[in-house]
Amino acid sequence: MRLELIKRGNPSKTFSIFSPFIALLLTFVTGAIMFMLLGKNPITGLYTYFIEPLIDPWTREQILVKATPLILIAVGLAVCFRSSNWNIGAEGQYIIGGMFGAIIPVYFNEWDSPLVLPLVMMMGMIGGALYAYIPAILKSKFGTNEILTSLMLVYVAQQIVDWLVRGPWRNPAGMGFPGTKDFNESAILPSFYEFGDAHYGSVFALIAVILAWFFLSKTIKGFEINIIGETPRAAKFAGFDVKKMTIFAFLISGALAGLAGIAEVSGSVEKLDDKLSLGYGFTAIIVAFLGRLNPLGILAAGLILALTYIGGEGAQISLGISDRATRVFQGLLLFFVLACDTLIHYRFRWVKTVDNISGTKSGEGT
Amino acid sequence: MKKILIAILGIAVVGGGYYLYNQNQTAKMTAMKAMEAQKAAEAKEEAEKVAALAKTKACFIYIGPTGDFGWTYQHDQGRKQIEAELGDAVETAFLESVPESAEAQRPIENFARNGCDIIFTTSFNYMDPTNKAAKKHPNVKFEHATGFKRESDNVSTYSSKFYQGRYVQGQIAAKMSKTGVAGYIASFPIPEVVRGINAFILGAQSVNPDFKLKVVWVSTWFDPPKEADAAKALIDQGVDIITQHTDSTAAMQVASDRGIKAFGQASDMIKFGPKTQLTAIIDDWGPYYVERTKAVIDGTWKQSDTWRGMAEGNVVMAPFTNMPDDVAAMATKTTADITSGAVEPFTGPIMKQDGTVWLKAGEKSDIGTLLGMNFYVKGVDDKLPN
Amino acid sequence: MFGFSLDVWISIIISVCAASTPLLLAATGELIVERSGVLNLGVEGMMIMGAVAGFSAAQLSGSPYVGALIAVFAGAIFSLLFGFLTLTLVANQVATGLALTILGLGLSGMIGEGFVGQPGIKMLPIEIPLLSDIPIIGKILFGQDIIFYTSILLVFAVGWFLFKTKAGLQLRSVGDNHTSAHALGINVIKTRYLAVMFGGACAGLAGAHLSLVYVPQWVEGMTAGRGWIALALVVFSSWRPMRLLVGAYLFGAVTIAQFHVQALGIGIPAQFLTSLPYIATIIVLVIIARNRRMTMINTPASLGKSFVPDR
Repeated sequence: MRLELIKRGNPSKTFSIFSPFIALLLTFVTGAIMFMLLGKNPITGLYTYFIEPLIDPWTREQILVKATPLILIAVGLAVCFRSSNWNIGAEGQYIIGGMFGAIIPVYFNEWDSPLVLPLVMMMGMIGGALYAYIPAILKSKFGTNEILTSLMLVYVAQQIVDWLVRGPWRNPAGMGFPGTKDFNESAILPSFYEFGDAHYGSVFALIAVILAWFFLSKTIKGFEINIIGETPRAAKFAGFDVKKMTIFAFLISGALAGLAGIAEVSGSVEKLDDKLSLGYGFTAIIVAFLGRLNPLGILAAGLILALTYIGGEGAQISLGISDRATRVFQGLLLFFVLACDTLIHYRFRWVKTVDNISGTKSGEGT
Repeated sequence: MKKILIAILGIAVVGGGYYLYNQNQTAKMTAMKAMEAQKAAEAKEEAEKVAALAKTKACFIYIGPTGDFGWTYQHDQGRKQIEAELGDAVETAFLESVPESAEAQRPIENFARNGCDIIFTTSFNYMDPTNKAAKKHPNVKFEHATGFKRESDNVSTYSSKFYQGRYVQGQIAAKMSKTGVAGYIASFPIPEVVRGINAFILGAQSVNPDFKLKVVWVSTWFDPPKEADAAKALIDQGVDIITQHTDSTAAMQVASDRGIKAFGQASDMIKFGPKTQLTAIIDDWGPYYVERTKAVIDGTWKQSDTWRGMAEGNVVMAPFTNMPDDVAAMATKTTADITSGAVEPFTGPIMKQDGTVWLKAGEKSDIGTLLGMNFYVKGVDDKLPN
Repeated sequence: MFGFSLDVWISIIISVCAASTPLLLAATGELIVERSGVLNLGVEGMMIMGAVAGFSAAQLSGSPYVGALIAVFAGAIFSLLFGFLTLTLVANQVATGLALTILGLGLSGMIGEGFVGQPGIKMLPIEIPLLSDIPIIGKILFGQDIIFYTSILLVFAVGWFLFKTKAGLQLRSVGDNHTSAHALGINVIKTRYLAVMFGGACAGLAGAHLSLVYVPQWVEGMTAGRGWIALALVVFSSWRPMRLLVGAYLFGAVTIAQFHVQALGIGIPAQFLTSLPYIATIIVLVIIARNRRMTMINTPASLGKSFVPDR
């Protein structure tokens, strides 16, 4: 017996709606088995992970905080991935965005003006976009593999910021410890209320989602992106400039990652330090695929993934389940989503190995 | 043939659907049963919570896994000591591998919201999140290790004078080394690390004024393969004693392979180099943790900035092994002298690396310079990264 | 040079060998995978699974060789997950590879929880009699551990397999044009499954080298990005095994050299030295990509594309 795929004439509407839910269900089942293997009550485990964080307003706010950078970065990545530009170095663009945004607060720390905050945010976006421009130009000029260059640049970005916050940008009053001066009040992205954790970065994320959704589904450029990604040959015939698109997609994606970076620096940390890189750029890749490269889907996916983080922390406190379980959860979720998406375009059938209808002979090989 | 296939597929789909439906029903049943169990458990938990109210809860945020056999392991030993000494009066909890910086604020607050009375945050970069959380939760006491910010009344800071142990190590190294050069695997050029390097070379020079120290920066607290590479490079450069300010046991294992000697860090690493470890600086946080938790119970907790060393039992030397008796005797005596206060490593005459005088003969360093140390003393064969 | 004696140079070269071996192994496996037209970005995940499986098996059995063997199997089995999704279910290879890495990092942490902080059993060098007595090269080539020997033999074997055997030709044709390979009666999916498993096995052994030879202990996330470097090396080599050998050793040499430069007291920021290998990789990628002709000949044309037989 062998599993075989049959291409559907048209993508299945039913499955394009239900496949994420099937994937979630499968994740729950596997998760329950995992909890049992760990000797925990599976229902309590799933409850702690997926329900409990939704009850308390404080944890709900934390989900929002955690989801914000993920959504911002993932929306940009969706533009990239849809046009077959594999930018997996968003983490680097996020870091450089944070760094660029910190330039004004570091060199003009005393500057107090309503202009400061918008400038800081702009600088962050410019920094991220510039850093994404490197793999983009290398790809379109020389045909260099963007997966590898963008990834290598992540490590370089980490070292650059590390050097800055320990060297030229180190706070002279910080007793030698790494980190810049605390930002002036006017360079800080405000929270929704006093002592709140959720800041206006979440609003940026929401705006980015709406704009990207409109752009991808309602504009000609968005149409172009989809064509280039799905049928590159047709795109060539249609006269679309694939190289320009590469640059464009990387710039968008870099700018959003940069914005996420500076929003985190100015909204949460309130200074630049050596601990900015927490892997949001990589997790956002999961979010992008989980949301099936659709901005609205990404919004949901970002919140779900943030939920697993917050829930995972709760599970660590109340059930003693280690944080590794959270990562396993995330990996499984992505696996199931990818597997279930096959159902949209294909049907399955089991074929006997000796069956000759399919026209393939098995048993021959390497 | 096609029809048969379609028929089979149809049956499969219907069958599959029925199976799924059935599964669903069973799952619902299980879920309902579990809900009941959950309710019962909740009731029990509620009862326990009432009982727990009387208990004082001490909570810990760790940077690494409790099994790192270095920094975090020692903090967790301290937590266990609280449980052992204060017994039924306390309850403890911990979160391990908590990322530093702003990310740490949520877990800290999570603790504060979940009934913790005193929260120990055990890494430098938890400083700002600790202070922020403290402002929001004025009734909870916060204790931050190795930091210097105490922005509200409910935050204390504490640290250990590890450099005292480094001085002893330096003396041992100078006696044991044949090449007259030791290697130092350093993490980040923060004052705590620079202080350690300086104390080590001062100790070594007190025995052999020409002693040299090579330093390699690995830019990490914990990356065993990288630490191993650094150790190999240092050994190939001719050092025959290795000491480190990183948290893994990798360097100890490399030293043991190459047949040279090494010092353990933060915790007794003798298991990883039975014939290699000369001694180790052990951080003993237990007494401080017990004292502070007890203060919370008694209602006598007050903000403080604590910097303790050998005298208070915070810095302990592991047994002096793999060395001749006279060296062990010298190390024992120096340890005793530092403990009694007869010897203070940073006592003049000390020259800075560039040859200028830092401390005149007999002069002692002020605490501020020590806490913010950002220069080398003479004899370190390295340029301080800045 | 630098006033080092011959013995010191030999010992430095042996350190370079140790740093290069896991890279070379994982990259050799990935080279076969990519030659078959599949891009598996999950090398890091398979490597860390190999590291934890190898370490725990060695601790439980008391033999590092059992550990290495289990690591090979663990890597291969773990890669099947990727194979099933991308080959049978034709899922996106980039996303699946990333998922494999994330899952591997989490799962290995869970498996290894009980082994943290245990001193491991180091796989000792096996000195080949007579040959290891040859001055200078004897110690370097014939005085090392078995995984080192395997890595060197494997890269030559893979070179021979790809260009001198019929099976190798078939594998390359699958990677170059899966439709015509299929028309010629080659079983594309089966070929790719075997290639993916070989890649997994190699990555597993590479992981075992880290946890059994490099630093005999289990540490969460101890691969620290080496899987990604292996991926870069495959491109760097433009899919040629001999260039891969050179690339892996160049990278290993830079890794070790950064500490020597520091220990010699040359005042360059540590951060710059740390990022040097990555910058070097980018530059090399640009150089090879500029040479179109060379790249075109060797790049598997079907790389990253899913194959579903038409009917």
